[in-house]
Amino acid sequence: MKSFVYEKATSPQDAVRFVGNGAKFIAGGTNLLDLMKLQIETPETLVDISRLNLDRIEDTDAGGLLIGALVPNSDLAADARVRERYEVLSRALLAGASGQLRNKATTGGNLLQRTRCYYFYDTAMACNKRVPGSGCSAIGGYTRILAVLGTSAACIATHPGDMPVAMRALDATIVTLKADGDRRRISIHDFYRLPGDTPHIETGLEPGELITHVELPPPPPGRQLYRKVRDRASYAFALVSVAGVVSVENGIIASACLAFGGLGPMPWRDTSVEALLLGHAPSDALFAQAADALLASAKGQGANDFKIPLTKRTLIASLRELTA
Amino acid sequence: MHFTINGTLYQVEVDNRVSLLDLLREHLALTGSKKGCDHGQCGACTILINGRRINSCLSLAVMHQDDDITTIEGLGSPEDLHPLQAAFVSHDGYQCGYCTPGQICSAVGMLDELKKGWPSHVSPSLRDVDLNDDEISERMSGNICRCSAYPNIVDAIRDVAAAQA
Repeated sequence: MKSFVYEKATSPQDAVRFVGNGAKFIAGGTNLLDLMKLQIETPETLVDISRLNLDRIEDTDAGGLLIGALVPNSDLAADARVRERYEVLSRALLAGASGQLRNKATTGGNLLQRTRCYYFYDTAMACNKRVPGSGCSAIGGYTRILAVLGTSAACIATHPGDMPVAMRALDATIVTLKADGDRRRISIHDFYRLPGDTPHIETGLEPGELITHVELPPPPPGRQLYRKVRDRASYAFALVSVAGVVSVENGIIASACLAFGGLGPMPWRDTSVEALLLGHAPSDALFAQAADALLASAKGQGANDFKIPLTKRTLIASLRELTA
Repeated sequence: MHFTINGTLYQVEVDNRVSLLDLLREHLALTGSKKGCDHGQCGACTILINGRRINSCLSLAVMHQDDDITTIEGLGSPEDLHPLQAAFVSHDGYQCGYCTPGQICSAVGMLDELKKGWPSHVSPSLRDVDLNDDEISERMSGNICRCSAYPNIVDAIRDVAAAQA
């Protein structure tokens, strides 16, 4: 690990004042320290935000929840309101990582989790995300866990998260404090960036901008589900995952929110897929049509070609369960 | 820096880069917590911070000043074993023993989570949680045993959970 300056922030305002080249916030640290040990991340300054007063979950006037950025994954998954009204979020959190990691990993940190692309992690390999302009060893390499949607000629990495997938299905808003002291609200739909030719830029956060909260609107109507398909039954990243909230009224699909993990460089959502379902009676044929629309532009890289039919089957199975 | 570990106050000077695990093992000679992968994948370094289980390898010592830290050395002693330590012995819940301190600390934290009614990935309902073997396996999936003593580990934990219930 490279040496760094350690600063302990006493308030969010205090934290953002350390902005500068090479400063990073640290909260749970479960991803950042892993990457620092491998010298994939080499911050010059670590700003410890773990003791800030951002660890509460509050009810909002709108009937939703305001989740502090430092709420650990375990506590968010176990919160009575989340379990009762945002089951998809509880389920997504519980499908991720291990008990130990969920106790440490935070809500804000989880949104910023880095890819587990083998070539990002191996510093002997070319990676445009790790070293901009160095190339992409993943393309033409071993791609089993990599993306089939939203890729570019510069990067085919997947976003590894589960929680953010549920949050995309739930239309979450990310609340931040900027270095200049201004607050900002960013829809999760605008938060992540496609790789294009700058895969090292993963979100729209400005340098030094601190996530302070995640706000959830009231839950959409209907059943909720998080279905995760992975290489082992526990403690593994998703090959494909589906976060879904679907309501059926009088035998007709009245609303649908669907987001996907394991497919792209960001938690994936495609509202045209949802639009296809609305106003129709649930059927496997309809679900297959929705899956085909989702995957119309999907591009396999060889070892991950299987993700395309796997996603179709996973979506059909999820929609069956959501509309049963 | 000062730390309360197993009820004892320690005063040490540490580099910013020192993990909680290295603080324990290399600076304080508390070598019960083990270093397996050093990347949060194996669980051998599991300890309890303020009663919650975490991977000590993925945590900086400087971030844990004033926290109440419990390691395997603080759970029991050879003369007075913690119930989980005794259960691991009676059920032969190990072969080489390297993962065992992490398994036991993790199980202590896990049973506490269960007491609080936390659900898991395999819980059919998020409201009511029952402990069964599937739940134990899921909740302990952050602790790898290369000798694959899993059946006996599950037996040991089930016994202790039943006694506590």
